Amino acid sequence: MAIISLPDGHRTWRRFTPRAQILRWFGYLIGVAVFVWCWNRISEATTWFFVWDAPRIAGDILTRATPPRWSYMEKLWWPIWDTINIATLGTIAALVMAVPVAFMAARNTTPQISVSPVVIRMIPPFLRPVLMTSTGQDSYTIGPIRPIALLIIVSTRSINSLIWALLLIAIIGPGVFAGIVAIAIRSIGFCAKLLYEAIEEIDHGQVEAVTATGGSRWQVMAYGIVPQIMPAFAGIAVFRWDINIRESTVLGLVGAGGIGLQLSSSLNVLAWPQVSLILLVILLAVVISEWVSAKVRGAII
Amino acid sequence: MLKLENLTKTYPTGDQALRNVNLEVPAGQVLALIGPSGAGKSTLIRCINRLVEPTAGKVWLGDVELTSLGSGALRRERRRMGMIFQEYALVERLTVMENVLSGRLGYVGFWRSFLRRFPQEDIDEAFRLLDRVGLLDMADKRADELSGGQRQRVGICRALIQDPALLLVDEPTASLDPKTSRQIMRLICELCAERGLAAIINIHDVALAQMFVQRVIGLRFGVIEFDGAPEQLTPDVLTAIYGEEDWEQTIREVDDDDAQDTETGGAAQ
Repeated sequence: MAIISLPDGHRTWRRFTPRAQILRWFGYLIGVAVFVWCWNRISEATTWFFVWDAPRIAGDILTRATPPRWSYMEKLWWPIWDTINIATLGTIAALVMAVPVAFMAARNTTPQISVSPVVIRMIPPFLRPVLMTSTGQDSYTIGPIRPIALLIIVSTRSINSLIWALLLIAIIGPGVFAGIVAIAIRSIGFCAKLLYEAIEEIDHGQVEAVTATGGSRWQVMAYGIVPQIMPAFAGIAVFRWDINIRESTVLGLVGAGGIGLQLSSSLNVLAWPQVSLILLVILLAVVISEWVSAKVRGAII
Repeated sequence: MLKLENLTKTYPTGDQALRNVNLEVPAGQVLALIGPSGAGKSTLIRCINRLVEPTAGKVWLGDVELTSLGSGALRRERRRMGMIFQEYALVERLTVMENVLSGRLGYVGFWRSFLRRFPQEDIDEAFRLLDRVGLLDMADKRADELSGGQRQRVGICRALIQDPALLLVDEPTASLDPKTSRQIMRLICELCAERGLAAIINIHDVALAQMFVQRVIGLRFGVIEFDGAPEQLTPDVLTAIYGEEDWEQTIREVDDDDAQDTETGGAAQ
């Protein structure tokens, strides 16, 4: 933002100062240069014969894959049912675990102790955003629980469900149960993060009002907080369920149950008509889950 | 009935919201607390039911000293202090009935309240109160479907169903139009008279306060600058509370109702 005084005494306004403008153009120049350099490196590493060949091969596979082998469907009913169950049970288990984590992670609900400003000054500045739970006028509070909850959120979110499945198959053996646990663990962080953000955004006035009636800590939670986060909770639940339907379709690739197992074995024997049928079934399942979650969200909000 | 002794609140930032406030409110007295924004009005009433913890001083409600109570005893005493809020502070996604019954939370155990199994006499009382404020038909509506004036009536019911001895009222009319503001103030004052409740009403609208209350307290920088009858509010007093301004238009002309109507917002009439 630049206010510039002209020689005749007028003031004018431009979005950027001349100096900032030059820096911006220089930035664009660097961006273009990086793009060209990357393009060259990728080009060197590509076997262009395969790329030029790609449309022909793709066309070939498409011809082999059509029409889908409809009779294979009878072997897919159970796997797709397993897949939906993995997603649903995994989501429910994740939500059950995510709710307490979210309440422990939200600044306004985490267990906390009041301390004097002197103690706050002793905490290194880079740790304060994690440890301090309230910077409100009333008091400085720090919570030892919140960092633990945040760690749970980050660690469960950072590992893909396929990798959780690989780990869990080693621990509890292959099958649907490993898939459910993988989906559940992967979803805790996601659900808890969105939920704790919703908790932090609630209207404090409603909480204050319930507190003022003489309600206990749990009553304040049930009357002052829970009604406010219910729409967010329901939205998060169906959104994550929707994502988990898609994630659970691939879990079978590593042996964690569901339709991915059929997909992987069909791919291995190059049974393209079966592959195309499986992809159609997955597409249908995802479309239905999107429709259901849209309906549910519409009904709540 | 309520007695504040040297009540002081210092925020960690160093701001002194209240300095040695001494105040005694006899049973059944309705008093208005006026003062500029930031004078400590909200802090004062929140220090009474300890939504804000006072730094020093004592608060006596009857013969119970509130500032030294543990959390369980504090919750029991909070039942005797109904609170009414500026932005109504209803739980928006609950029904009117649930909001009114939430005033009984201090009397009902967790599971009964969680399952909404309130004692029948509480429900009877809720209906009586809703009928009294003219919202009997609204009992099953969700709070966010109501207008501002209706919401504040629900807030009043929630405070009264606590069966309090004292009402703490924080800017009850600040979000309302002038006519509704008067209706709400009238309702609060009538209910206080009916039930012999004392009330502390934070209010910005000096003329509105003069219309309804028996006693006015002026607060400035956390110190009581004025304590007297509404008729004693002279331009000099208002200057002492709020600072220099032309006050002639603000003060109620005691015998001239028309003049006062035009000035509090003739549009409402």
